[in-house]
Amino acid sequence: MQVPAQFQYEKATSVAHALSLLGKYGPESRIVAGGHSLIPMMKLRLAQPQALIDINEITELNKISVEEHMLYIGAMVRHAELLASALAGEHFPIFHDAEKLIADPVVRNRGTVGGSLCQADPSEDLSAAFAAVRGEAVIEYGEGRRIVPIREFFAGPYETAVGDAELLVGVRVPIRSSASAYQKVERRAGDWAVAAAGAELRLEGDTVAEAGIGLTAVGATNFHAPEAEEFLVGGPATAERFARAGEIAAEHCEPVADQRGPADYKRHLAATLTARALGAALSRWHGRHQEA
Amino acid sequence: MEISVTVNGEVHARDVEPRLLLVHFLRDELRLTGTHWGCDTSNCGACVVWLDEVPVKSCTVLAVMADGHRVRTVEGLANGGGLDPVQEGFRQCHGLQCGFCTPGMMMTSRWLLDHDPDPSEEDIREAISGQLCRCTGYENIVRSVRWAAEHEAAEVQS
Amino acid sequence: MTTTEETPMGFGRMHRKEDVRFVRGHGNYVDDVTLPGMLHGAVLRSPYAHAKILSIDTSAAEAHPKVRAVITGEALAGLNLAWMPTLSNDVQAVLATDKVRFQGQEVAFVVAEDRYSARDALELIDVDYEPLAPVVDARKALDPDAPVIRDDVEGRTDNHIFDWETGDKARTDEVFANAEVVATQDMLYPRVHPAPLETCGSVADMDPITGKLTIWTTTQAPHAHRTLYALVAGLPEHKIRVISPDIGGGFGNKVGIYPGYVCSVVGSILTGKPVKWVEDRSENLMSTSFARDYHMHGEIASTKDGKIQAIRVKVLADHGAFNGTAQPTKYPAGFFGVFTGSYDIEAAHAEVTGVYTNKAPGGVAYACSFRITEAVYLVERMVDVLAYDLDMDPAELRMKNLLKPDQFPYQSKTGWEYDSGDYPRTLRMALDLVHYDELRAEQAKRRDAGELMGIGVAFFTEAVGAGPRKHMDILGLGMADGAELRVHPTGKAVLRLSVQTQGQGHETTFAQIVAEELGISPDDIDVVHGDTDQTPFGLGTYGSRSTPVSGAATAVVARKVRERAKIVASAMLEVSPDDLEWEKGRWFVKGDPAAGKSIQDIAMAAHSGLELPEGVEGHLDATCVYNPPNLTYPFGAYICVVDVDAETGQVKVRDFVAVDDCGVRINPMIVEGQVHGGLADGLGMALMQVMAFDEDGNHLGGSFMDYLLPTSMECPSWRLGETVTPSPHHPIGAKGVGESATVGSPAAVVNAVLDALKPRGVRHADMPLTPAAVWCAAQGHPFRTDLAIT
Repeated sequence: MQVPAQFQYEKATSVAHALSLLGKYGPESRIVAGGHSLIPMMKLRLAQPQALIDINEITELNKISVEEHMLYIGAMVRHAELLASALAGEHFPIFHDAEKLIADPVVRNRGTVGGSLCQADPSEDLSAAFAAVRGEAVIEYGEGRRIVPIREFFAGPYETAVGDAELLVGVRVPIRSSASAYQKVERRAGDWAVAAAGAELRLEGDTVAEAGIGLTAVGATNFHAPEAEEFLVGGPATAERFARAGEIAAEHCEPVADQRGPADYKRHLAATLTARALGAALSRWHGRHQEA
Repeated sequence: MEISVTVNGEVHARDVEPRLLLVHFLRDELRLTGTHWGCDTSNCGACVVWLDEVPVKSCTVLAVMADGHRVRTVEGLANGGGLDPVQEGFRQCHGLQCGFCTPGMMMTSRWLLDHDPDPSEEDIREAISGQLCRCTGYENIVRSVRWAAEHEAAEVQS
Repeated sequence: MTTTEETPMGFGRMHRKEDVRFVRGHGNYVDDVTLPGMLHGAVLRSPYAHAKILSIDTSAAEAHPKVRAVITGEALAGLNLAWMPTLSNDVQAVLATDKVRFQGQEVAFVVAEDRYSARDALELIDVDYEPLAPVVDARKALDPDAPVIRDDVEGRTDNHIFDWETGDKARTDEVFANAEVVATQDMLYPRVHPAPLETCGSVADMDPITGKLTIWTTTQAPHAHRTLYALVAGLPEHKIRVISPDIGGGFGNKVGIYPGYVCSVVGSILTGKPVKWVEDRSENLMSTSFARDYHMHGEIASTKDGKIQAIRVKVLADHGAFNGTAQPTKYPAGFFGVFTGSYDIEAAHAEVTGVYTNKAPGGVAYACSFRITEAVYLVERMVDVLAYDLDMDPAELRMKNLLKPDQFPYQSKTGWEYDSGDYPRTLRMALDLVHYDELRAEQAKRRDAGELMGIGVAFFTEAVGAGPRKHMDILGLGMADGAELRVHPTGKAVLRLSVQTQGQGHETTFAQIVAEELGISPDDIDVVHGDTDQTPFGLGTYGSRSTPVSGAATAVVARKVRERAKIVASAMLEVSPDDLEWEKGRWFVKGDPAAGKSIQDIAMAAHSGLELPEGVEGHLDATCVYNPPNLTYPFGAYICVVDVDAETGQVKVRDFVAVDDCGVRINPMIVEGQVHGGLADGLGMALMQVMAFDEDGNHLGGSFMDYLLPTSMECPSWRLGETVTPSPHHPIGAKGVGESATVGSPAAVVNAVLDALKPRGVRHADMPLTPAAVWCAAQGHPFRTDLAIT
């Protein structure tokens, strides 16, 4: 089978240790978390880092918690842990929707939230989910930490705001009264998205007070659809308006044809899935508020 | 580098290259060839073993990452001389043909039953959805896991 | 499924004997073989689909401290091994010398001390290529300005391989000219790959002292491989031992000889050490035997009320860069000639043209019974297209045209003799099992509500068990197979076979055949296979031929033993053999059932000093070579039910009913398992599996991320039914079944999806019916699934 080229390996025991190792090995080093994106790339020898800094033993990065009205998800939280987290699901069911469709159960046991975001694959699901709910990346560097909105986190395909001497330590999402959902079309279970959309809604009466739309695999800038969000806010939450929001979102996408489908199909999916995700979020909103 | 991995309850210390994949550590270093591999991209699941408490794809884990951890493979599934109910289920229900995916399928199934003793057909299908079988069309694998669930339940009752 | 703890004395459900080792992780596959001092090989492959090799610099790789040898085509040419014969009397480059002709083609071979170093050294080989224009689209391969791929053959000026035809053209044309209705449809059965979970590999060990070469290798046909190695390498055949240990799935992928195997042999000869080579998944998908790639133009003629009269088809067959198709010599299009299917028609004609393209060689491979998948797909799609045009129910149209039981044995219009069948009974059972009428009623309601639901029907007839020696050979080797049976003094037995299981359960079912014939428990019979030094010659396991050919050989050899036992028993009982009667497990005196001898007692006596009649040698051993008088013709009716999401194009297979008739079932549990697997295969091909190429000839399905195989989530819980129509010419009435479901199911799934899309005016769309393909078809602009999507 394919095997990686040689590299040096260090096990970081704390965030500070990881940062110092990053400093020591410089830009040719890579952080490895679950390794389910990086190791296959290394086997194909598309990635040949000189050093790997393993952060799997940093238990402080492994927690899901609520702090200061924010849901905090550590970078080393495994996909399976996020999927199993009642806390995360209670506030943001979108994460459970998305996680159910990310790779497969065994990969989810190993792959991490931080690893997926830092891979910045243009078809990554969590990027769209966090974009929809306006998450914030928590990045540490030698002197401290900085917060970067997920909507500003991605510098392009496979590029993020995390600098050479920095480490993504977690993602946080302000908790507010809202409902969210995620919809994905894949060719087969476990495949990357042909297209997917996440949506978050907060209503005041029947009026949309806040809307978040995340999109992946369809060439949406920074995985979100600001024009469609803007259209929705202030109007009634109806199927017709959701459909129109989907169309607006689709108009601003730049999907690329590949073996998952031609561009017009993906654009069509962007519209359809946006509308469906909004509809699913609305059902959850009503469900929650009827219960209350 | 020096690593020490507890495999099926036995500690194994070896000096390995950092790039050595866990699947090769098990197969080539320890000669535990029951763990197979079938792709390079963590899609097929032939290489599934437990790392500590969870099934992982050992073709996408470095052996050095398992340093100080526990690994359980198909060779560690049988309890003494007797087969694990999952192994017996696969035999009873014709859950295997060529046998290549079988160890990985059984490791995941064992984990599933440990966490959900009475899984539905859908639960089982979901649990093994990251593991390919080219022979069985999955039907008898699902039945094998159900067989194991039912026989474990019966054992508990008796 | 009912399971049983009892071991049946013969046919019936029985747990597999081989599972005891597999469930413990004690299988022994090629990559599990480790020999003292073993080295590891890796293949450098072409990044280009078509390019001239200007130079190869191996010096840096040779300087690697762990590298023991670097082999190039030039080095092989010095040994006269740069090219090897294919299974279709063409040649294939072992390592490229002049040009590379497909992406992934073998260019150099590194032998190193460990597998990681061998991979590292590949990066150190510097090859200078001059890219050439590739032929990617088979439909352009015969254009006058198409680049000539096979310029290694002197005087070759085009990419044409063969033209072949079957049937009566004049008669067919006449029927078409007078037909009330003619339906026409182009369709593609795209290039797919069998992708067994275990990739291909070998461990070659040339003993420098004895000169004996032992090769552990992933082969479905160990004896054929041995003969080919002898012919390729000029080694004496008795000095070659091919061992096929446990095989992690074959499906046709492991029939041919691949360059990597030959390189491991050369590597072992050069280094004096055993050399292991096991390909990675990308190598498996990109370079080993593909399947299908048939561009078909079908026509079907009928009366206005749906009586089918004739079928006419033209095929363009993409064979890749070397014609490596595995099939009997006389059949360049395999058994595509059975494209008339299961129907009573007046005339038929097919023309097939084979062409070279800049793609991997191979062909046939993938549980297709020598291209019967293509044939069945063609006819079953054409029947549905006709039903669409006539606005007739596709099940009713089939029922109207199926062959009737009294027409068997049936001489088809293309020269095949179908041995037995009761087709209407089988289709009726499938319709009942699926509740066909209720489904049609539900479908009508759903259509009124704008929902897309489809019911797909397919009926197939297979022709398996190649085959009669006077008609069928591969590279001159007749397709007969042997069996040897030895009964030990204590009545235990060992059966040696020329066929090789890849999961089909031969260690169990062949023991059951002996048990049925001799009354020795299957538990007391060891089945030996997969080792040319220990088994009789034969052509191996593919094309669903093991039961039809070696299963027959086993029954015959067991009957020979039974007859020998009769002589011994007559001596033991001091009666004439004519006075003995057989019941399972013993000979007894007619009219005196108490006076008898068990097979075990007879076996002991046969090895004792008992005085035997003159000319009787003692012992109970026997051998047999079985030359089948005809193929066997299993058949079945498959019905698939799907729901299609009109907005996204996603297909959900809701239900699948398969009624198979494969004659007598030796072990119904194993038969059902074979069917389950084949159904998943068919679903995969219909919905997701494809190897497409971009305009530069880049392979777009080179990993399991891109070449999608069905998972447990896409597969429904398969529902099976059975009818039994014994083969009249097979000793135990059995027919092959290993490929039936792969052959029959793609059409059922595709027909179901297209039935769902009928309200959108979709008459046909090509496989695979991915969400994009379904949506585009519904929009009226289907795309070419064999090329890059643009």
